Amino acid sequence: MSVISRGGPSPHGYRLLQDRRLPVLVTASLFVVMFGFGAFRYQAYGFLDAQVFMNLFIDNGYLLVAAVGATFVILTGGIDLSVGSVIGFTTMLTAWLVEKQGLPLLVVAPIALAVGAFGGYLMGYVIHHFEIQPFIVTLAGLFFFRGLCLVISKESISISDPAVDRLAQTHVPLPGGSFLSIAAVVSLVVLAAAFYVLHYTRFGRRVYAIGGSEQSALLMGLPVAGTKIAVYTVSGFCSALAGLLFTLYIQSGDPLHAVGLELDAIASVVVGGTLLTGGSGYVIGTLCGVLVLGLIKSLIQFEGTLSSWWTKIATGVLLFAFILIQRTMTARRRG
Amino acid sequence: MSLSSLWRAATQHRLFWPVAALIVLLLINVPFTPGFFEIHLKNGHLYGSLVSIVLFGSPLILVSIGMTLVIATGGIDLSVGAVVAISGALACLVVSKQADQNSVAGVLLSFGLALAAALVCGAWNGLLVARLGIQPIIATLILMVAGRGVAQLITGGQIITVNSDSYSLIGGGYWLTLPFSLFVVALVVVLSMVLTRRTALGLLVEAVGGNAEASRLAGIRSRRIKIMAYVFCGLCAGVAGLMISSNVSAADGNNAGLWIELDAILAVVIGGTSLTGGRFHLGGTIVGALIIQTLTTTIYTIGVPTQTNLVFKAVVVIIVCLLQSAAFREKAFGALTKRRNPARKDPGASVDAAPQLEVSP
Amino acid sequence: MAEPRPVLEMKCIVKEFAGTRALSGVDFRLFPGEIHALLGENGAGKSTLIKLLTGVHSLDGGTVSLDGRPVHITGPLQAQQAGISTVYQEVNLCQNLSVAENILIGREPVRAGRIRWKQLREQATELVTRFGLDLDVSAPVGSYPLAVQQLVAIIRAVSISDAAERRGAGGSKVLILDEPTSSLDRGEVEELFALMRRLRDEGMAIVFVSHFLDQIYEVCDRMTILRNGTLVAEHMVADLDQMQLVQLMIGKDLGQLEELSEHHAQPADGEPLLRTEGLGRTGGIAPFDLEVHAGEVLGLAGLLGSGRTELARLLFGADAPDGGRVDIDGKQVALRAPNDAIGRGVAFLSENRRAEGLVPDLTVRENIILALQAARGWTRPVPVSQRDELVAKYIAALDIRPADPEAPVSALSGGNQQKVLLARWLLTRPKLLILDEPTRGIDVGAKAEIQKLVVSLSEEGMAVVYISAELEEVLRLSHTIGVLRDRRLVSRIANGPDVTAGRVLEIIASGEHR
Repeated sequence: MSVISRGGPSPHGYRLLQDRRLPVLVTASLFVVMFGFGAFRYQAYGFLDAQVFMNLFIDNGYLLVAAVGATFVILTGGIDLSVGSVIGFTTMLTAWLVEKQGLPLLVVAPIALAVGAFGGYLMGYVIHHFEIQPFIVTLAGLFFFRGLCLVISKESISISDPAVDRLAQTHVPLPGGSFLSIAAVVSLVVLAAAFYVLHYTRFGRRVYAIGGSEQSALLMGLPVAGTKIAVYTVSGFCSALAGLLFTLYIQSGDPLHAVGLELDAIASVVVGGTLLTGGSGYVIGTLCGVLVLGLIKSLIQFEGTLSSWWTKIATGVLLFAFILIQRTMTARRRG
Repeated sequence: MSLSSLWRAATQHRLFWPVAALIVLLLINVPFTPGFFEIHLKNGHLYGSLVSIVLFGSPLILVSIGMTLVIATGGIDLSVGAVVAISGALACLVVSKQADQNSVAGVLLSFGLALAAALVCGAWNGLLVARLGIQPIIATLILMVAGRGVAQLITGGQIITVNSDSYSLIGGGYWLTLPFSLFVVALVVVLSMVLTRRTALGLLVEAVGGNAEASRLAGIRSRRIKIMAYVFCGLCAGVAGLMISSNVSAADGNNAGLWIELDAILAVVIGGTSLTGGRFHLGGTIVGALIIQTLTTTIYTIGVPTQTNLVFKAVVVIIVCLLQSAAFREKAFGALTKRRNPARKDPGASVDAAPQLEVSP
Repeated sequence: MAEPRPVLEMKCIVKEFAGTRALSGVDFRLFPGEIHALLGENGAGKSTLIKLLTGVHSLDGGTVSLDGRPVHITGPLQAQQAGISTVYQEVNLCQNLSVAENILIGREPVRAGRIRWKQLREQATELVTRFGLDLDVSAPVGSYPLAVQQLVAIIRAVSISDAAERRGAGGSKVLILDEPTSSLDRGEVEELFALMRRLRDEGMAIVFVSHFLDQIYEVCDRMTILRNGTLVAEHMVADLDQMQLVQLMIGKDLGQLEELSEHHAQPADGEPLLRTEGLGRTGGIAPFDLEVHAGEVLGLAGLLGSGRTELARLLFGADAPDGGRVDIDGKQVALRAPNDAIGRGVAFLSENRRAEGLVPDLTVRENIILALQAARGWTRPVPVSQRDELVAKYIAALDIRPADPEAPVSALSGGNQQKVLLARWLLTRPKLLILDEPTRGIDVGAKAEIQKLVVSLSEEGMAVVYISAELEEVLRLSHTIGVLRDRRLVSRIANGPDVTAGRVLEIIASGEHR
């Protein structure tokens, strides 16, 4: 037994360079550095106010929920391009049902969530059973839901329902005088739930197993079909929930809401250290990714002279950097 | 030859279904617009529904042609929309800075700069895919995200309008009674046909996309081929960007070329090129792009609310993809296919393929 | 001899793929408490047999029974539950998950749906320890060397059938190890064997597939030999020496080749066309020295997995060597990629037509022209008239049927596809042509034609490296014979009247020369 009893994990400092948590740490430190930079530079403008930090959650809660859904899909090695459209559609559907049909939000919300989840289920079904690339199927989903938005109405529908308004304005007070919105709280609950599901349920572990090797998962006798379809259903559900949060945030439905948001969601996931090839990553990383992207937006706002498009460029640069990191990590792991 | 075998021979031609779909789409318009196929000559310019379909479809045709080559190598380019925006923005910026916006030299300079930028974008994608070995979807996603930002950076977040007759020629002008963009499209089409079929580029692209390992062992330098495909795709998108901005005499970094990558991929797929790479059909792609443009026009003319356009497209994408999916055909027409070629059932399982056990670690 | 009842019995097994018989009426039996080697060259039907057992393929005829009860295996999961577990060469684990999870995934201890990690680790540690290993079960399996992963896969497999046994669901314990040792070093193989012996002693029946004869003799009790989809023999390992075994595996195939007279040593003097010194690749082939002269046919003999293909791939630049040098025409060259080798007049016909040769989308003409075109570069297409003339010439010369250059290559038969690939390389006028199993899986007529072609090419001055599992072919065609065994070029002998199949077999079997 000599070789094996000696042979712990590979000798080349596995824990340091190949630890799957490394990218999350990189992103988290990036966040800290950027935040520190902001705090130093915009001291006079109250950057260090706790509310500035809380606003990151308030302003990006819907993105966090969508990105968590996308994390499930990407962990299996798939991709979901329909995120933005489902969000847009949910805002439209909600606004239409509440405003034009006079239904209470309490009835509308479950309907919207069910529609999103069912859309995700359908896409997952087609992807798995007809062996069509997820990219194409969810692209069709992107068209479809954006189209449905326009079918509901070409015009934006603003929501004046007092219940919605009350919900949107509710502040959840935090110690120290800062507060969160309901949407931000919901997004954090979703994050916690996703963490639990991914790490403490068999379903969650299957998600990782499929991302590691679908072939192996199949030969190990795991229910691959069900898991893959479920993952797209989760993503559809999360997108719809993100849509509801976005509706609260903006208090209107608009066929052009959240156009291209899938890119932000995917970027957050990647910057958060999840491998696009699947099998490695954490929802906590996704949170870091969302916070970094959100912070870029805030910094650019604080700077004042910088224009909003720098957000996109910075996102692209970050994406590139993290994809390169991923690439070298996977290359080393294989070698 | 019996009628049924004639029918089969016709339907098996790869252009049959796309062209049939195009014709049906065109015919649907006739009851709604009685003069749909008429073409008038007004002020020395040709007008008519068919002319406008081609005119408005030109940028899409261009982008789709580039996309075809990229897809044939087994890749995909999501960044074409961003490249369209960058190229339009840069050209409009250059023209708007000129003292005399009508100066031909200035316009040509703007074209040159815009196309150079598009070329750089294409080369960037090509390098990421071929040199660094990053998955094409992911590699081009970077430019898809950042490119829009760059385009807005160029326009300063504004819509740059230009007032130049020379500039608006390429996208909206007429020449010899025909829309000038028609000539540009024709030129690019001929150029790409010559480039792929008169040189060996087409063959090598199809070989790389059809079987990458076999191509490597046959001595093909597949990196070079891939980079060229992405560069060509970038250039096509660049020309399309010029056309779009020239048509409206303005550059909008945010909205120019929005979704065009999706339409282009759709056109390529409808045209019969498989998303997994290999054989490509430029003719099919052009028909595919025309179908998409006609679909848009048809939705306008038959009075269906225009907003259903996207839903229509989604349905078309799904139908086309389902028909291309072997798994779907098996399930849907299982009995039929199985009887005709029993070998289909167990692909790759023939005797000499199955026991491939040797491994070279 | 009174034998116990077999735990697994397969009778008259038939499996066809697209009309070709991969297995025709094979019997196979496996007794508890034995390690049973399944042997055969490429195409013998080993992997088909295993895939039938593991439920990857379904039977076309015959019966399978476990513990005397007939069973119908429908899929991998069901096979596992019935007590048949398989560990493949390319370890089927999820590299990203921990050792513990890989062992227990799908069976994690849960309470109210929540995975109990502590208990999971304890269970896994217990299992790992029971098999005599000492691993950190919470480390990702991918961080361990392949050998350990192999063992983890075995632990998973065995623990599943154990669990099935406890539930009374199965109880038969069959473990199939499909080429588990091909990427392991000596020490690692020892570890594996220790575990295998231990399981055997506990009563498990183990099927062991390996290309390394010494390993078979070291660890196996019984063996079954297949050839061309039929059962050749079943023997106790102790009853059959290596020489007899190799003969049984390779067999003789004299068939229709009588027209071809034996073709022996020619003076191979002067400067060699290609010479290697210490060229090698870890895990592929040990460093070797080789010379090939113009007009010489160098035959490479050896069993499947002996390193024949790996050697050829190094000569062609298809894999990067770890060390050593290659001289072509007396000049040292760097073969970094196939196009470097092609540029120096080397051509390589891969044994794997489908994956490494054909571009199935393309036509016969395009497939034929491909290598020449690649060498010329994309800007200089072969002129149409010249191209059509060349293609027509080679279609005629090699008698490719149908003689239609526009036919899709995927519609051709195996033999004709092989000729298409040969034509592809002949068009480049190579100085050295490497043929890896050019006659495998093609009909007898095409085989004879390809062999005749090799003779005439060498007479025209082309050097040929000819790799074949069929010894007769190598003996008939070669001027010089290189013998490989266990990833090592063990011998190089000049062919002559005194070189017989027996002598080459002896070298293959013993690894010793003279």
